[in-house]
Amino acid sequence: MADTTIIHSPAEFVPEDEHHGVAHHTSTGLSNNKLAMWLFLGSECLLFGGLISTYMLYRGRTEGGPTPEEIFDIPFTSVSSFVLLMSSLTMVLAVANAKRGDIRRTRLWLVTTALLGATFVGGQVYEFTAFYREGLGFTTSLFGSSFYTLTGFHGMHVTVGIIMLLSLTFITQRGRITGDRAEVVEIVGLYWHFVDIVWIVIFTLVYLIPA
Amino acid sequence: MAIIEQPPRQLELAPAGVVGPSQALGAYARPLRATGWRAWLFTVDHKKIGLMYGFTAFFFFIVGGVEALLIRLQLAQPNGNVLSADLYNQMFTMHATTMVFLFVMPMAAAFANYFVPLQIGARDVAFPRINAFGFWCFLFGGLFLYISPFTGGMADGGWFMYAPNSGPVFSPTNGIDFWVIALLITGIASLTSSINLITTVLNMRAPGMSLMKMPIFTWMVTVVQFLLLFAVPVITVALVLLNFQRLFDATFFDVEAGADPLLWQHLFWIFGHPEVYILILPSFGIVSEVLPVFSRKPLFGYPFVVFSGAAIGFMGWGVWAHHMFASGLGPISVAVFAATTMFIAVPTGVKIINWLATMWGGNLRFTAAMHFAVGLVVLFTIGGLSGVTHAIAPSDTQQTDTYYIVAHFHYVLFGGAVFGLFAGFFYWWPKMFGRLLNEAWGKVCFWVMVVGVNLTFGPMHIVGLQGQPRRMYLYPDDLGFSAWNLVETIGSFILAFGVLIFLVIAVMSFRGPRNAPLDPWDARSYEWMTTSPPKEHNFDAIPAVHSIDEFFHRKYEEDETTGELRKVATAEEILAEQEASADRHIHLPSPSYWPIVVAFGLPVIGLGLIYNFIVAGVGALITLVGLYGWTQEPSAHDPEDEDPSAGPSKELATVG
Repeated sequence: MADTTIIHSPAEFVPEDEHHGVAHHTSTGLSNNKLAMWLFLGSECLLFGGLISTYMLYRGRTEGGPTPEEIFDIPFTSVSSFVLLMSSLTMVLAVANAKRGDIRRTRLWLVTTALLGATFVGGQVYEFTAFYREGLGFTTSLFGSSFYTLTGFHGMHVTVGIIMLLSLTFITQRGRITGDRAEVVEIVGLYWHFVDIVWIVIFTLVYLIPA
Repeated sequence: MAIIEQPPRQLELAPAGVVGPSQALGAYARPLRATGWRAWLFTVDHKKIGLMYGFTAFFFFIVGGVEALLIRLQLAQPNGNVLSADLYNQMFTMHATTMVFLFVMPMAAAFANYFVPLQIGARDVAFPRINAFGFWCFLFGGLFLYISPFTGGMADGGWFMYAPNSGPVFSPTNGIDFWVIALLITGIASLTSSINLITTVLNMRAPGMSLMKMPIFTWMVTVVQFLLLFAVPVITVALVLLNFQRLFDATFFDVEAGADPLLWQHLFWIFGHPEVYILILPSFGIVSEVLPVFSRKPLFGYPFVVFSGAAIGFMGWGVWAHHMFASGLGPISVAVFAATTMFIAVPTGVKIINWLATMWGGNLRFTAAMHFAVGLVVLFTIGGLSGVTHAIAPSDTQQTDTYYIVAHFHYVLFGGAVFGLFAGFFYWWPKMFGRLLNEAWGKVCFWVMVVGVNLTFGPMHIVGLQGQPRRMYLYPDDLGFSAWNLVETIGSFILAFGVLIFLVIAVMSFRGPRNAPLDPWDARSYEWMTTSPPKEHNFDAIPAVHSIDEFFHRKYEEDETTGELRKVATAEEILAEQEASADRHIHLPSPSYWPIVVAFGLPVIGLGLIYNFIVAGVGALITLVGLYGWTQEPSAHDPEDEDPSAGPSKELATVG
């Protein structure tokens, strides 16, 4: 084979997914995948910025329907927020174990993170149901529409994150990641932490600061 | 394991050392054909995707142009009767939407896709399949928009789609629903390609190419991608809210339910003003490439052009409310935004001075590309000057919703953005196709278009200041608008004739032999250091970069005693040198079925949202299956999928 004469030019084409187990040289030193995730998260900031602004504009417009003060159950949401924040801790543990090459513990912490995330989403489903029973539908008032849109978008992001975590657990089990395993876990972790940070902002602005 | 024919063309094109992809992890075999329609449908090659962007965008350019001509026919005479009021509203909405989202943006994306990897010495973009996915989202989004004429009516609220006028009460057809979902889908295209191109530019530059040695077109494209990255999510929020209002009875923009009508305006223009720079900056980049080449001088003040472009990118976020001076924002907001609007003229003026100084004392060659580039400098400056008058809020309040505004933005968009794109056509045609466009007819095309632009949009300044309102389908005879409107209509047909000339010379160029010289313009930048059209892998070896105009400095050396330039190498010699030291190990991404499948699911979901949620479920299923296939597919195909004994034209099996 010609393998012995391979010229590894620094600008050699970097494939889309790292399936080769070789870290390719890039101009910034960051891998393409990680840089792309950072860029995507930058874009997401503006998405949530727009949704949060809409909510802040409309949270006092209740049209005779339930007001935020009447309807929010702060202790309940505090607990589910705490659960979500703890999932960031377990995510960090997953990344740390992935970097150490401990696949078994990595998978354990990934599943734990997904379960904590699922608990949060479950809490949100419960909360939505309770609010609906108390008279706050999606079209009841501008407060209702913007509240459900904002928190619904966030809930969807958490759900997508859970799917990513479970897929990652599944494919590491089947040995499907042959590239830089730790980095894939880290990139999913970036997304997960971002979703958590957004929730901190939402929880503060939506629940804690009175309208 | 599936048995698929060997890809014959790929091996022919590749130099001895190019190896095929080599991992066996796919759930399905990959498409391997390098010729025929499948080679286009499943391609991940940035050059093919760039060409597809270009052809599709030009098609929509013609569609949007026909809509413009219908508008002008209606307005040719007072009390015209070509279009009804309703149809007229649909025409100006679709004309603007088509030209902005389906022509200028994707045409810039075409150039960006084709030339950014070539200008930075990359063999493809960072994420080739996402690149293909972006194109298919754009195409399907555009086609989705044009389903609406067959379902009861197109969107009729103007391209800015102000609420509450865009609510179901005032626009009962599904036109706006199609418009919203089409823009969401093309928004996905813009977002994915912006992430892709930024990653490519930041991570995959040739050895030695620091950011301040990047070709200026690549710089301007990068600024645009950052604008897209942050602007697209804002309009996504606005579109989602409007969609929820129209389909699920939310009341986000319903004033009777206590909503704030300014919310839409703010969200739209926070996107909409960066969008203006998204439209113009790629053309600025093209012109900054063309002017130095045909002035035989380096770009004057390269760092100033770079930083003024970046400054426009930043300041573009602080001027959006000048679109809303008439909406009663209050004196402080108006004063602040008036000031920022005046400031943003400064970096734009810096660019114009740089272009003039580039030409000053240069050895000018007036090719067709140079004609269009100089045309941009002149016409954009006229549009820029009328733009500064909008920064004066009291004057702007008078001009709001008159033809003066229409005149302004057509000078900057047609005289600016579109002229830049045409300069790009003439300049890069030989690089893309190995054929030259007819220079003499190109100049005729330019002069016809210049006359057309000025006859169409020039008089709009006058009738606008006289008070002719825009978006009105009729005007009475006794207000003095009639003569100028007839001139505008005649001008618009002259402009259309100019575009027709271009189409003819474009088609004619393909009838002759592929005989363009390797370096027809004595060019300066990196993309000319390869064959025309470029090989599938772009460069046999990636040349190292030592200066901004790398190609030029390889061709010419300065004589130490006289200081005069001496030609030391031809383009052919430089290319031969590169071919002699060709990389032995070139890895190219393989084609893939999945980008088009995933993208195809999106308009199906859209149709389902409008008509029947079961259809939306089907669309979601298509997208999910596509995503699953995508994740199960390595980025390179398995050589075991190829059967060496198979004939060149028989496909034995595609799915294993």
